[in-house]
Amino acid sequence: MENYQVIDHCLMVKLPREIDHYQATYVCREADNYLLNPDVCHVVFDFEDTEFMDSSGIGILMGRYKKITPLGGKIYAINAGKQIRRILDLSGMSRLVEVL
Amino acid sequence: MKNDVKNEMQITFDAISSNESFARVAVAAFASQLDPTVEELDDVKTAVSEAVTNAIIHGYGNVAGCGKRGAIRHEEKEGRPGKVDVKCMLENGVLTVTVEDQGKGIADVAKAMEPLYTTRPDLDRSGMGFAFMEAFMDDLQVESTVGVGTIVRMKKKMTSGPWISAGE
Repeated sequence: MENYQVIDHCLMVKLPREIDHYQATYVCREADNYLLNPDVCHVVFDFEDTEFMDSSGIGILMGRYKKITPLGGKIYAINAGKQIRRILDLSGMSRLVEVL
Repeated sequence: MKNDVKNEMQITFDAISSNESFARVAVAAFASQLDPTVEELDDVKTAVSEAVTNAIIHGYGNVAGCGKRGAIRHEEKEGRPGKVDVKCMLENGVLTVTVEDQGKGIADVAKAMEPLYTTRPDLDRSGMGFAFMEAFMDDLQVESTVGVGTIVRMKKKMTSGPWISAGE
């Protein structure tokens, strides 16, 4: 499956197995390319494959949040496992994004 | 492993971003001798990842790796070569990790440790690195001298190890 897809005005981002600064650099750049498309309103980050995340993952979500909320968009986090949820809660991100 | 056995390891690697995953996996593999829970190991991996990433991108200014993805980004010109030292010690069921760099150092450690404070918002850094180290480890100490480098010391007690039943 493609890691980046636009479905119904939503950019779907399939996140890598490990999210650290190294991986996050590429995700941010790719996602921002897709956000140039005026058709894209919301971003859905899919954590299904993600086994590890550090604060770089928060940087990915926060950066995209700042870009799309002024335009009325929303950020969603789906399929987040236990450890990812802990990190989203601890950083306060779970108050800014919809964790489904 | 017996309660009173001290066990140490040390690794030194180049300060490039692609070594972040190597560092945390190496520390986790070493710490797994204490038979920690999955959650404890995840905590250690996250904390080590934060400290090592700080050393590489802030200490040495090397913001992107030069690994399998190949492309050298123009930002890399601002970085400089260097090494990161990671020392681990297991003693009495406690893991101590020290992450040391000879990078540019931190002028105001207290400020750097404030949640959400980052000197590199351009890199999509969240400013949560030290906050995560504090949250996921039991103890955190940071020493830094501008122009000399930074030492981060972290400790975590592993609760589930066999020393609980090892007796006196």
